[in-house]
Amino acid sequence: MSIIRSLTLLLFAIIMINPAFAQDQNTDSGRALLTNLAEAPASEVEDAIKSIVRSGDERARGWLEAYGANRLSRIKDTGQVVLVLNNRGRDWEIADPLTGENMGEMSRRELDRVAINNRIRGQLEGILAILDLNAADPDVREASARDLMGKVDAALVEPLQAQLETEENAAVRDRIQAALAIYRVGEGDLDAVDELSGSLHPRARAALSEAVRGDNPALAAKARQALAAIEQKLKLNSAAETLYFGLSMGSVLVLAAIGLAITFGVMGVINMAHGELIMLGAYTTWGMQQLLPGQPGLALILSIPAGFMVAATAGIIIERSVIQFLKGRPLETLLATFGISLILQQLVRTVISPQNRTVVTPEWMSGSLVINDALSLTLNRMYVLAFALIVFAGLMLIMRKTRLGLEVRAVTQNRNMARSMGIRATRVDILTFALGSGVAGLAGVALSQLTNVGPNLGQNYIIDSFMVVVFGGVGNLWGTLIAGLSLGTINQLLEPWAGAVLAKIIVLVFIILFIQKRPKGLFPQKGRAAEG
Amino acid sequence: MWLTRPLRERSTQLFLGVLFAALAVVTLLHLTMPEDSPFYVSSFTVTLMGKYLCYALLAVAVDLVWGYLGILSLGHGAFFALGGYAMGMYLMRQIGDRGTYGDPILPDFMVFLNWQELPWFWHGFDMAWFAFLMVILAPGLLALVFGFLAFRSRVTGVYLSIITQALTFALMLAFFRNEMGFGGNNGLTDFRDLLGFNLRTDATRLGLFIASGIALAIGYLICRGIVTSKLGRVSVACRDAEARARFLGYRVERVQLFVFVVSAMIAGVAGALYVPQVGIINPSEFSPIFSIEIVVWVALGGRATLYGAVIGAILVNYAKTVFTGVMPDAWLFLLGGLFVLVTVFLPRGIAGLLASRRKKQDEPTDTDSDTGKEATA
Repeated sequence: MSIIRSLTLLLFAIIMINPAFAQDQNTDSGRALLTNLAEAPASEVEDAIKSIVRSGDERARGWLEAYGANRLSRIKDTGQVVLVLNNRGRDWEIADPLTGENMGEMSRRELDRVAINNRIRGQLEGILAILDLNAADPDVREASARDLMGKVDAALVEPLQAQLETEENAAVRDRIQAALAIYRVGEGDLDAVDELSGSLHPRARAALSEAVRGDNPALAAKARQALAAIEQKLKLNSAAETLYFGLSMGSVLVLAAIGLAITFGVMGVINMAHGELIMLGAYTTWGMQQLLPGQPGLALILSIPAGFMVAATAGIIIERSVIQFLKGRPLETLLATFGISLILQQLVRTVISPQNRTVVTPEWMSGSLVINDALSLTLNRMYVLAFALIVFAGLMLIMRKTRLGLEVRAVTQNRNMARSMGIRATRVDILTFALGSGVAGLAGVALSQLTNVGPNLGQNYIIDSFMVVVFGGVGNLWGTLIAGLSLGTINQLLEPWAGAVLAKIIVLVFIILFIQKRPKGLFPQKGRAAEG
Repeated sequence: MWLTRPLRERSTQLFLGVLFAALAVVTLLHLTMPEDSPFYVSSFTVTLMGKYLCYALLAVAVDLVWGYLGILSLGHGAFFALGGYAMGMYLMRQIGDRGTYGDPILPDFMVFLNWQELPWFWHGFDMAWFAFLMVILAPGLLALVFGFLAFRSRVTGVYLSIITQALTFALMLAFFRNEMGFGGNNGLTDFRDLLGFNLRTDATRLGLFIASGIALAIGYLICRGIVTSKLGRVSVACRDAEARARFLGYRVERVQLFVFVVSAMIAGVAGALYVPQVGIINPSEFSPIFSIEIVVWVALGGRATLYGAVIGAILVNYAKTVFTGVMPDAWLFLLGGLFVLVTVFLPRGIAGLLASRRKKQDEPTDTDSDTGKEATA
């Protein structure tokens, strides 16, 4: 115990002393290193840089970066080396490279730029990468090793091999080895081709294609083989990526359509304002984030119930004020709800803004899951996919396992009979419509993470949503799920060779033709309810 | 003859009388009044009214299928736009070498896109007769193919509405593409002359206005002729009880197809007259919202009356002109409110109001309650 405590105290003391230490400029070794660099004649600059790198000084990276960017200067009078923070205008803003302390402005005539030639500048990138290879964070080390791929030259081989021996992290070792192998392939090493054959990194492929084109026939043959294997792997990866994007797009379609599957499919109400209910959900997310600035993640989570409630309330208002008077007249309902959609759109334009609003993506949702060099899956789409499946499962549960679901199904199958059995059909209508609208709100919350939140958000999804419901078979939630996911995937499969717009047209025409063949969709409802 | 039979009806006489009187008054005021007189009708207003007349003709076409056949087409804008594009292509070819790039054959946008030769479907549009034929045939053909597929497989009601909407949406996306060869986003514009008449002169504008009025009269007569014929009776039967009509031995899908195609052709003519008056045709005419707006004109005017469609189209578009000028933000509120109020409180439209006030009972089937078919569908 006491040893640990005394060690901690010691460490604490060092940390406390350190700033004072750094301020004492005469004893700072960095000063000598920089002066050495500034004074070195062209032939010795390399050595001066190397000694900076070898010193292991934490500030070395900043110095070398500044050096490469022509921002290292010397004060003519004192010979002190300074960092130039701002070199626009006549007076330059400078700082002490040792402490980072701002030294105010100084006329540029009193400064002397530390010269750098292009050969050194070219090497600096590699040198900086080696510097990063010594960083404490293995992720930084791996990233810098990845940057080195294809940039290794004769001068770097030796330090890299030295690095390889001391490196403990396997991923970083692999990267360094690949970087070295790329260099060795360039030099005509046959064994190095084997090392690269599994790599998906574009630089590895570039090195191999170079070898194929090269004049060494044995190497070319081997490289061709390795390249073919890589191509195969890449194809697989790009297929996986297309599938992922397709499922992601499909999940968006499912989310947008599943609420409609309830109001249209189960209740038979054509709600053209469905898209605007989605829009309301998205705007709720935006509003939540405005209420809770700085906490986008919390706001997003709170938006899920809030978006549901807002859209469900709007749905109830629409149902009570308009739809209930148009029972049994689906075409009129279509027109009236379209009118409501126009009003809601204009309302958002007038009250909030006609411009798109930005919804912040919380940190834990941004970024992507890197599978390998050729395949990385964006996290936000993965969350939306999972969310769509959860919403779907939740709806399924409600429809199958709850009292409300039972009543909804009863009213759908035979309204009069259900009423005779004591089910309050009007109440069921309201609740069903609220449920469908609320799910639209949930879709809006999810969509706010993927697309722009603006007054036209809903309009873009309404036709697609109807297509999904009709394609899947009205009144069938499973049909909606399968139709949404498959339409999304088909669209993504078509996109590479047809382009986004044409792919969409092809899908629309496909659905139009499909409806002719099977007017009741993929999974038509069976039984008496179908004729009702 | 079926086309002249409606002339004997009082409602048709009244409609045509009002229409021709309006045409004559506007023409006279435009030609004889001095420009500073309060009664002077400017050339701008003449063109505006010509535009309304084209919309009215389009509304009549929609009323024919919705009012008398029970098919709510949410894609009639597509037929209108196709007719417009056919006319636009003719007008483009008429520009000749007077375009910005001075190419004698290729329209400006093709030169701009670096195209070397005319796409095959642009051939023939330099001849007026061919272009005018295509104004009718292009929408007619689309309606024929689409209708044949849809009616044969008995896609009706809401499903049909949704796929007609998908149709016009798909066409809009397609026409937005530059590769389609219809000018993409910008559409066709910068027209010079039509049949040798300069489109920018007042006389041509007046001529187009009168032509639109005559086209509306003819379109109205054709529709009226159809609905008062035996075919019209059958189509109303299909509307109200499709299954019963089928069991009685009528070929429902043939009736539907015929009426649908005629309606599409009329819409095409309306589009063709519209384009030279507004001077541009672009893919926004294909937008689903435009198609659905047409339906509201008809709904406001009164379904299944034909003249109601004309009233509705002119009223709504006049309101649109006024409101988008005075307070543009309010227009969508008003239009949206119109959708809701008309469907909930005024299911038979303005024509229904007029009819119930005058207790006119001579055509009970036409103004009958619309709950018929949809309720059972």
